[in-house]
Order: sequence, then C-alpha cells, then structure tokens
Amino acid sequence: MTVINAVPDSPQTIRDSYLAMTRRKRLYSGIMLLIFVILFVSGFRIAEDRNAGGFLDGIGQIFDFPAAMISEAAEKAANLPGHIIDVLPALVETVNIAAVSTLIGCLAGVMLALLATRGLAPWPRLTGMFRRVSDILRAVPEIVVALVLIFVLGGGPVPAAIAIALHTAGAMGKLFSEVNENADLKPLDGLASVGASWGQRMWLGVIPQVAPNYFSYGLMRFEINIRASAILGFVGAGGIGYELKNAMTFGQGKLDEAAGIFLVLFVTIVAFDQLSSLIRNRLTYGGA
Amino acid sequence: MAATAVMREDTLARFRGKRIQAFAIPALILLYLGYIVFAFDLPGLMSRARLDNAVILLSDAVSHKVHVTRDNRRGTIEASIEGSRRMVFDDSQRPDWVEIDGETARIALPMGHAVLYDGPTVIYDHPDYGQIRIRSDDGIQLDLPGDTVPEWINASNTRVSITTEAGRLSMTRSRTETLRYFPGWELFVFDLSSPFWGMSAGEVASTVLWGERIDPARSNLALMISNIWYNNIWQHGEVFWALTETVLMAFLGTFGAAIVALPLAFLAAGNFAPSRAIRFVVRRVFDFVRGVDALIFTIILSRAFGPGPMTGALAILTTDTGTFGKMFSEALENVDEKQIEGVRSTGASTVQGYRFGVIPQVMPVLLSQVLYLFESNTRSATIIGAIVGGGIGLLLTQAIQTTADWEKVSYYIILVVLMVIAMDTLSGWLRRKLIKGEG
Repeated sequence: MTVINAVPDSPQTIRDSYLAMTRRKRLYSGIMLLIFVILFVSGFRIAEDRNAGGFLDGIGQIFDFPAAMISEAAEKAANLPGHIIDVLPALVETVNIAAVSTLIGCLAGVMLALLATRGLAPWPRLTGMFRRVSDILRAVPEIVVALVLIFVLGGGPVPAAIAIALHTAGAMGKLFSEVNENADLKPLDGLASVGASWGQRMWLGVIPQVAPNYFSYGLMRFEINIRASAILGFVGAGGIGYELKNAMTFGQGKLDEAAGIFLVLFVTIVAFDQLSSLIRNRLTYGGA
Repeated sequence: MAATAVMREDTLARFRGKRIQAFAIPALILLYLGYIVFAFDLPGLMSRARLDNAVILLSDAVSHKVHVTRDNRRGTIEASIEGSRRMVFDDSQRPDWVEIDGETARIALPMGHAVLYDGPTVIYDHPDYGQIRIRSDDGIQLDLPGDTVPEWINASNTRVSITTEAGRLSMTRSRTETLRYFPGWELFVFDLSSPFWGMSAGEVASTVLWGERIDPARSNLALMISNIWYNNIWQHGEVFWALTETVLMAFLGTFGAAIVALPLAFLAAGNFAPSRAIRFVVRRVFDFVRGVDALIFTIILSRAFGPGPMTGALAILTTDTGTFGKMFSEALENVDEKQIEGVRSTGASTVQGYRFGVIPQVMPVLLSQVLYLFESNTRSATIIGAIVGGGIGLLLTQAIQTTADWEKVSYYIILVVLMVIAMDTLSGWLRRKLIKGEG
C-alpha cells in the first residue's frame, strides 16, 4: 500500500526547496568554474615558466617575423614566381602522401569497421578485438610511426604515408563502424537467403547504403591528412614541410623562399578545403 | 507501350553506367597507386631500406647489453651497461660472470663460451670450434684453430669481430670490447649510484619499512622516491615533466581557444551578428586562421616566444580558435529563439538574454566539441612539441635521433599511447558527466 500525501506542500515550502536547489546548483557550478580557472591560470604560469621567452615579452614580437618575411619577399618579388614553381614538386609529393594515405587508410578502415560492427562481422566474438585494434591505431601519433620508419626506411614520402595511413585506418575504423550501426539489415537477410557469401553481402548489401557517408568522412580526413603530411615533412619526411624547414634554417636571406612556401601551403589547404566541402555539400543536398 | 519501352531503355542505360562505374573506380584507384609506386620510388626504397636497423631497433627495444671494455692504450678494464660512462660498475657492483683482476679479466658468456683478457692478448673459447687467440701489438693478429676463417669472424689488420649467439667480441688497436646481452630494460627503477640498486623488490620493501636509515638526513621512503625520480639514466622526473608539458599544451590551447572563440562566434552567427559586415569579416578571419594551419603558426610563434610549452599552447590556441569559431557559430545559428524571447519577456537585458536563453541551449554541444578536440590535441601537442622543443615530443625525437636508446624510444612510445588513451577516457567521461547531466 502506498500512502499518498494528500496535503500538498505549501507554496512556501516549494519555493524554499526550489531556491535551496538553485543555490546548491550555483555553488557547484561556481566551484567547478573556480577549479577550472585555477587550473587554467596555474597551467599557463607553469607553461610560461618553462618557456624560453615570456608571454608579455613575446607578444609584441609576434608580427616581427611575418613582417620581416613579407618585406624580404616584397623586396625580391620578382623571385617569388620562381620559388613557387621550384616548390611545386614538393607540394605534389605532400598532396600525394595525403591522398595515398587517405585511400589506403580508408580501405583498411572499411575492413576494420565491418569486422568491428555487431550484426555485420563474420566473427561476432572478435568485434571487441577489432575495436581495440582501431583504438590503438588511433592512439599512436603519426610522428612516432614516421620517425621510427624514417630510421629503418630512410627519409622520403613512404614513412609519412605509412604513418598517416595507419592513423587514418584507426580513425576511420571507428567512424565507419558508427555509420554501419545505422545500416538497414534487411538487404543482408535478402542476400543471405539467396546464398550470398559474406563478402557479397557486404559489397552488395552494406556498402551501397553507407558509401555516401564513407565518402564524406573520407574527404574530411583528406583535409586533415594534407595538414598532417605537411607537418611530418617538417620532422624529416619529404614534401613541402621539408622544403619549409630548409628555408627556415637558412633564415635571413632565404625568407622570400619561406614566404613562397607559406603562400603555396596556405592556398593548397584552402583550395582542398573548399573543394571537399563543395563535393560534400553536393553529396548531402543531392546533386547529380 | 512506348513509355515502357523508353523506361526500359533508360533503365538499361543506367545499368550499363553503373556497371562501368563498378569497374572504372577500382581501375582508377589502381592506376593512381601504380603512379605512386613510381612517384615514391618504391623499387628504390627496397634497396635503401636498412633492415639491419630494424633488427637493432627491435632487439635493443627489449634487451640491453653489458660491455666489458679494455682500453688498449692505457690497459684499464671496466664493465658498464650499454658502454655508457654513466653506467660503469664499481668493484662491488660487478656481476659475477665478470672477474677483473688488474691486467686480466675472465668473462663467462652463456652456452659455455668464455673470453679471457690477458694483457694485450684475448682468448675467445668457443665450445664447438676451439680457442681463438687475438693479439694487438703491431696491428692485430688472429690465431685460429682451423685454417679457414669461419663466417662469424670478421677480420682485417685493424679490426677483428666475433659474433656468436652467446655475445660479441670486437677488437681494434684502441679497445677490446665484449658484449653480453640480457633481456629487459636496465636500471629502470634505480641507477647504479642508488643504494637500492641490486636489491630485490622484497628487500627494497623491507628496507623502506623497517631498515635503518641509509641517509641519516631523511627516511628511506623519501630516499627511495628521490632515487627513482632522479634516476640518472631514465630520468623519470624529466619524463614526467615532459608529459605534463604536452598535456598542458593541449589543455591550455584547447580551452583557451574555446574562451576566445565563444564571443567571436556570436559576431559570426547570422542570428546574433550586429551587422552583416562584421559577420563577414569575422567569418573570413576564422577561415584564414583555419587555413594557415598549425605548422605555420608554430613556426611564427616560436620566433616570437622562443621554444617551450607556452609557444606550443599558443599555436594550438590560434589554430583552434578558427575551428571553434566556425563550429560554435554554426551551433548558435541553430538555437531556438523562443527561449530567448521568454527570458527577454521577463525584462532581461541582451547579455542576460544570451546568458540564460542561449548558453544553456548550446553548452552541451559546445562542451562536447571542445572535449573531443582536447583529446585529438593531445596527439597534436606531441608533434608540435617536437617542433617547438617542449614536452614528450621533444624527448622522443631526441631519443630517435641519437639512434642508440631504442629502449627509451619504446618507453616514450608506450607513455605517449597511454597518455592519449587516458585523455580519451577522461574526455569521454567528462562528456557523459557534463552533457548527459549526471552528478
């Protein structure tokens, strides 16, 4: 027997308990905010303390280097087109690294995702294991794999491509398996009833459903990978990052070359971002 | 009827198109990969690849070696780990398979192999082959039991090296060196200068709990912790600071960017922007900042602030301001106007309307984006650290570039992976806690 309290609480009690609750909530939010501010400020002071130059000293100098670069580039403006042409092969290499690693990483990611999605996997017991595999691939930063491979394979585009491909495979494995979870399983039943093998069921039943999503994620990854491949070039893998590092180490006198590379890199990144968002929009809102 | 025929033709044409597509796309991919094989010079790579480096890397990552070295000019003999000056055994610490007695040294290798240093003469005793004598006085003379030189001995006038499954002996004019391999990482907890070195875990525990004070100035526990923290070889303290720096870069960069981007996002969102011109300018600024890329910011900022974690944090902050600005303004454009109207109807000012009408709506979305990027920035901070010279990224690149400390490289890699997994877990936990509103 439940006893229902027939007498309703008076408005006063309701009001008091509501205000008490609000106060408590405010207190908690206040404490959390305070903890965050303390962490942030003390963290910043530690970081500043361990930095070579202080924040206030450096803030005035932020534009010194870009200014020096721009003025040197303006002085030798005639050389700029030449520098840009010189750096084009390196740019092609950087874009190739990104493209190959996105392609291979996405293909591996598709496999990982199919093996890791419950309901689709050929070995349902191993789904957990394949999930862990893509978690670990995702967790290893590209630079680690790249540096180790540079030691074994020598410098050049291949270590960077392998490193980015591995990371992409992990990241895509996770994203794609989330996409797969929303796939309709009825076509699979239909295919299974006519005796299709696992590969045929996936290729004819799942892939057509999820391909647009895969493609859109793949394009976004390509944008990320162009940036990653430029950065890895800076630590020793080939491409435009490597050229940039060389131009930077020479410093004064070579700054116009660095400016050219900055420009090329910026234009490339923006161009590929725009291109990919254009394609993705057409995919989402139905083009052809 | 005609309509059906047209439809049939149309359908068949589409089928043909699909069929061509089904072959054309894989064919294009293959063609591109074929081009890459030559563009990246894969055939040449096979010849340039240093597989011996890979073997060194793998074996060194899981084992260490003890060197017994004779300086052939001075005649001194000493035993050390990895041949490092900082890891030389003194007389009481030397392992029992090495006996050094003035000019002579007896070294027992596994599987019945043994080496004897007797002044300038070295005798390698191979149980299946016999005694190999090497003398260094005028050049190096090799004296073998057989007539032919076996393939595991590499000899010239200036250098002899013997590599067997039990160890390695090399001799030049200036030094004689025997290497014995052991599994595991050496001196990981205590270095040779620590009084705890060589004790088993149980002995360490009992010394800490009940033993007499080794250092009268402080307790054994404090001594043990300080010995581990300041371990001369593995530098646990330094490594800890490096990890902290990396996480700090990601934390400051991500949350700093969120703080900067939030007010700017209001200016860039269609429904809040005070004027179209401001909105246009702010949006282009976001696009520019995102386009310029972390690499370029890192370089420019390290010119201004010098190397260190703050520079890395500022580079992440700048790049992510663009990303967050775009994401936040999109989230703000999707808010429900009714709630703002409701708050306004109670007489709230514009700012109060934002605070109580807008922020509660968008907060969960924004926080989840911030936390998501925090995790991925932990990885970026490793790379940026390698460029700006801070954090675990720097230690890692340094360790790889010296090409000697592969055990340290593997240690750092494990730490980086654990750090990223920990940040992933933390950000997932916070997301659930803050957004689904438990607690």
